[in-house]
Amino acid sequence: MKSKSASLPYLVWMVIFIIVPTALVFVFAFTDKSGRFTLQNLQGVGQYSNVFLRSIWLGALATVISLVLGYPLAYIISKARASRQNVLIMLVMLPMWMNFLLRTYAWMTLLEDSGIINHVLNLLGLPSVHMINTQGAVVLGMVYNYIPYMILPLYSVLTKIDRSVVEAAQDLGADSRKVFLRVTFPMSMPGVISGVTMVFVPAVSTFIISKMLGGGSNLLIGDLIDMQFLGSAYNPNLGSAISLVLMVLILICMGIMNQFDENGATEGGVMV
Amino acid sequence: MKTLSRIYLFLIFLFLYAPIVVLVIFSFNDSAVASRSVFSGFSLRWYSTLFQDGMLLSALRNTLIIAVVAAIVSTVLGTAAAIGISGMNKWMRRTVMNVTNFPMVNPDIVTGVSLMLLFVAGTRMLGGASLGMASLILAHITFCLPYVILSVMPKLRQMDPNLSEAARDLGCPPLAAFFRVVLPEIAPGIVTGLIMSFTLSIDDFVVSYFTSGTTQTLPIFIYSMTRKRVSPEINALSTCLFGIILVLLLVINMRTAKDTKRIQTSAKEV
Repeated sequence: MKSKSASLPYLVWMVIFIIVPTALVFVFAFTDKSGRFTLQNLQGVGQYSNVFLRSIWLGALATVISLVLGYPLAYIISKARASRQNVLIMLVMLPMWMNFLLRTYAWMTLLEDSGIINHVLNLLGLPSVHMINTQGAVVLGMVYNYIPYMILPLYSVLTKIDRSVVEAAQDLGADSRKVFLRVTFPMSMPGVISGVTMVFVPAVSTFIISKMLGGGSNLLIGDLIDMQFLGSAYNPNLGSAISLVLMVLILICMGIMNQFDENGATEGGVMV
Repeated sequence: MKTLSRIYLFLIFLFLYAPIVVLVIFSFNDSAVASRSVFSGFSLRWYSTLFQDGMLLSALRNTLIIAVVAAIVSTVLGTAAAIGISGMNKWMRRTVMNVTNFPMVNPDIVTGVSLMLLFVAGTRMLGGASLGMASLILAHITFCLPYVILSVMPKLRQMDPNLSEAARDLGCPPLAAFFRVVLPEIAPGIVTGLIMSFTLSIDDFVVSYFTSGTTQTLPIFIYSMTRKRVSPEINALSTCLFGIILVLLLVINMRTAKDTKRIQTSAKEV
């Protein structure tokens, strides 16, 4: 069959626009401004370890909150009537289709010191709460933006669980708590894994949410990279080094997550 | 239990929709001062200023041009790629798919930065040209391609390979066999890929941010709006976009509902 040649244009594209740019990040990370080999950039990343730790901490926190909030929701939806399920899942997806800058901007207007939440609090006779430009606001923004990525894979796994397995557990005398802990939850692990990855990766590498809701004081890895390429601290070599570390970090996380996922259920797991 | 789960559903959907509802309501707010928390009368003035904003209109035009070109090119290129990849041996296929998946697992910001490095180096080599529409289109095609390939591949796998062989045996030339037998079979996957590419392209901010130079797309325009001036125009814009998305989703949903119906009826016939 000659069909292989049909992919030739794509293979060329792949080399130019995926492999070469990734190689460029490596090259920039290991060279200085005049193009000589150096390890200084990677050593320079070390001084930002607090930013890395903050990003990972806030990203992990947002992931855990998304899981804790999203799991019951996915579970409830998977137990609803079939016609109802479609509507509910549609409702989960709908906000995701709105540009995330606008969604984040909406939270800005809600959380501000003179914003709507404080306005309502004042009307109720309660004192104002300072919410914007805090780490809490950043985590809230992450959860709000990425929780659909948690709910959807969980839902699709939960609906596929064979009813008869659950019934078998019940017949053998397991109470509903035991059924959940020993049958349903373990069987939904692939969904948990892909949900966790799909929330953690964008959360840890975001730079808009921290800029809009975190003020200037809660820099994340993404903000650092932004600053090196388009910001005041222009230094693409250091920026590439930070990007490289971020990329390796993400790949390690995904590798660890895939270890849990024996069935390889994430293959072709693209969400529409 | 029933009421408890109802309450839970309500609370989560409140969390998901409250900000959007607030945006929509305040897009009709008359006052510009303290407009973010006090509603002072109904008005459509922000919609009229919005549609007179030349910057916005040119950003919208750029976004649509990029999305149409990127969606078409990535769909053609991606469909051809999927056909080629499915004809490869296992080792080759696995290698190519790993590279294809890479932009999807890689954080957007790293994809954006790496393409920026490529384009900056490229324009320096070509002399003088700066980043703009061309680099944006190339970048968008790049991040759309994996989604097209991944939505066409399963359709190719489901297809009966005997079908196109039968066409060839009956004297159909290869190209005609492709257009009359293979293409109709994988068309749903191609359409899904096209729609996904189009929406991904319209919605993209991060990759565009690093590859746009001074050209503005809609998300970049929104970004500069949220950075510089506080204007209820953003609310009006959000409301318009939300309305368009709502209609589009309803149309797509009706289409898929029709598809499943067709599959069910054809299954009955067999």
